Amino acid sequence: MNKLIHAARGVFLWVDDRLHLTKLYESTAGHHVPQSSGSWFYVFGSATLLCFMIQIATGILLAMVYVPSAAEAYTTLEYLTFHQYLGWFLRGVHYWGSNFMVGIMLLHMTQVFLFGAYKYPREITWITGVVLMVLTLGLAFTGQVMRFDEDAYWGLGIGVAIMGRVPLLGEQLVNMMLGGPIIASDTLSRFFALHVFVLPGGILALVSIHLRMVLTKGINEYPQPGMLVRRESYDKEYAAIIKKEGVPFFPKAISKDLVAAAVVIIGILACATFFGPKGPLGPPNPLQIDTLPRPDFYFLWIFAIAALMPDWMESVALLGGPVIIGIILFALPFFNGTGEKSWRRRPIAVLTVILTYVSLGLLTYLGHTSPWSPDMNAWRSAHTPKKFLEGRSPLELQGSLVIQSMQCRNCHAIDGIGGQRGPDLADVGARLTKDQLVRQVIQGGGNMPAYGKNLTPDQVDAVVAYMVSLRTPGVAAARDSSQPGRPPME
Amino acid sequence: MNEEPAKPCACSAAPKKTSRRDFLLATGFGLNAIAGAMIGIPLVGYLFSSFFKPNKLEKISLGQVDAFPEGKTRFASYKNPMHREWDGQTADIPCWVRRIQGNDFQVFAINCTHLGCPVRWFEESKLFMCPCHGGAFYEDGGHAAGPPPRGLYTYEVKVENGELFIMGGVIPNLSNQNV
Repeated sequence: MNKLIHAARGVFLWVDDRLHLTKLYESTAGHHVPQSSGSWFYVFGSATLLCFMIQIATGILLAMVYVPSAAEAYTTLEYLTFHQYLGWFLRGVHYWGSNFMVGIMLLHMTQVFLFGAYKYPREITWITGVVLMVLTLGLAFTGQVMRFDEDAYWGLGIGVAIMGRVPLLGEQLVNMMLGGPIIASDTLSRFFALHVFVLPGGILALVSIHLRMVLTKGINEYPQPGMLVRRESYDKEYAAIIKKEGVPFFPKAISKDLVAAAVVIIGILACATFFGPKGPLGPPNPLQIDTLPRPDFYFLWIFAIAALMPDWMESVALLGGPVIIGIILFALPFFNGTGEKSWRRRPIAVLTVILTYVSLGLLTYLGHTSPWSPDMNAWRSAHTPKKFLEGRSPLELQGSLVIQSMQCRNCHAIDGIGGQRGPDLADVGARLTKDQLVRQVIQGGGNMPAYGKNLTPDQVDAVVAYMVSLRTPGVAAARDSSQPGRPPME
Repeated sequence: MNEEPAKPCACSAAPKKTSRRDFLLATGFGLNAIAGAMIGIPLVGYLFSSFFKPNKLEKISLGQVDAFPEGKTRFASYKNPMHREWDGQTADIPCWVRRIQGNDFQVFAINCTHLGCPVRWFEESKLFMCPCHGGAFYEDGGHAAGPPPRGLYTYEVKVENGELFIMGGVIPNLSNQNV
């Protein structure tokens, strides 16, 4: 037995001598980190990388079946989902893996920001991280094009409309993005090339720099309030921390990363199993225009911004916004590279995070509900509650019919039923006088089209009579404030 | 960093040998610069080919004029003039044809001028409505409501021998507004 151990030891030493495994371990997994960094807050980086590896594995397997051709992609997606053995599961893991990757990446970035880890001397770690975020969002966008369904087609249309706003080079950029002047097969092919070669390659390259920086500049120590970063003394202080309480990352500080990794994997698998993959929705048939294009959830906030921004600033914001955000993120470690690290003493940083999350959350919610979109079928399907019809005169009932048949309900709900684009009409009679209603219907304004050309005077009379009657029982009709003596008109 | 002990070097005595090495190094760099350009220029040219190729519009038939009733707006479609076999359904491009009267036509692109979503025609209210951000357009394509920066894009229309033609072949967006 001793002989065997001796022989095995000999073999190991020989291998180690040739491959320098011990040295490799010491300079990578075994490098010393501050004990304080073995914290639950420090698991998001490795978890993001883990998601990326899951994406690579499932992506390669999906690419073995998927055909990136505009004519075939949709059929192969259906095949993958419904016929290929475990195809639905792999699609689900890939889809949920991307959601987890974007989500955990944001948590990682938030933690790094709140813990001041971007400060001296880790500027390049932060900057490569910012580029990695851009590449990851690029993967998310190109990925939803891979799911080549109606949303992918019209999502590309949205890309065209944004690119087309670039001054001077707009047309060339559109052509470059589409591989021609129209969305067609070349478009899918080049998004495929981006999604499976260019962007993952870029991520691998940048992750290696990112991790290399973690090794050379060290992982951020758990910040203590009052311990300020100074360019002159930080390196010495960090070396002292490592000397005093440094432990090898593996096996002393990795345990929480391992637990988080398992939780993330199980989470992705559970979502894939219980919720399944997304889509594909309807086929990418441009003639099928009865569609409701929506991006995947990580871009819903941009979709919402596009609806809510005043139109005069839209092009500037859509094109300039990303540039400004990029400049701020790149410059952050340089204009805020020293000083306090702990979030307990950085109220502006905390407020920034809260404001960002609240804004993103609200915009995503709005993007999801899209109250600004007309409900295209409301005029056929939204009913009028009984209480808004009972006891009405024939003229008023006629008005209610006109409101229905003229698609007013697509934008106007009555008591919450119908489109949300314009104001609810349930109490409009108490808000606007008859004259105001006539003017509004005929001339439009305030984001309402003018109906003067499309309604006969009789129809306008009927519609307005009906709307005056729309108010809570017992509430008087709106009065003209310039003529207080005049009785309300019914 | 262990410094090598200084040893007598032949090179210092013979500067000519060094210059041959320098020459080889320079040649190596030079040749690779040329080779790099030889491979790089075509690659870049391939990638940016769209920058040098101007878009060309083609005359496309939308069918007989009589298929479109006067005073009405109808859904129509055509094949992308540059379509290829493997384009599948994406080769079909929809549009809205409004026959005002006689040979007086307006043909609108399907794409909303805001962010390119497909607008839908509502005959009763005579409005085009967009499902994305609530843009609305009048019967003549004019901007009616919502965030779109302008009215609907229109195609150049020609009527020849009772047949309706449009000039098409690019996806309309703000960079090619005249389409």
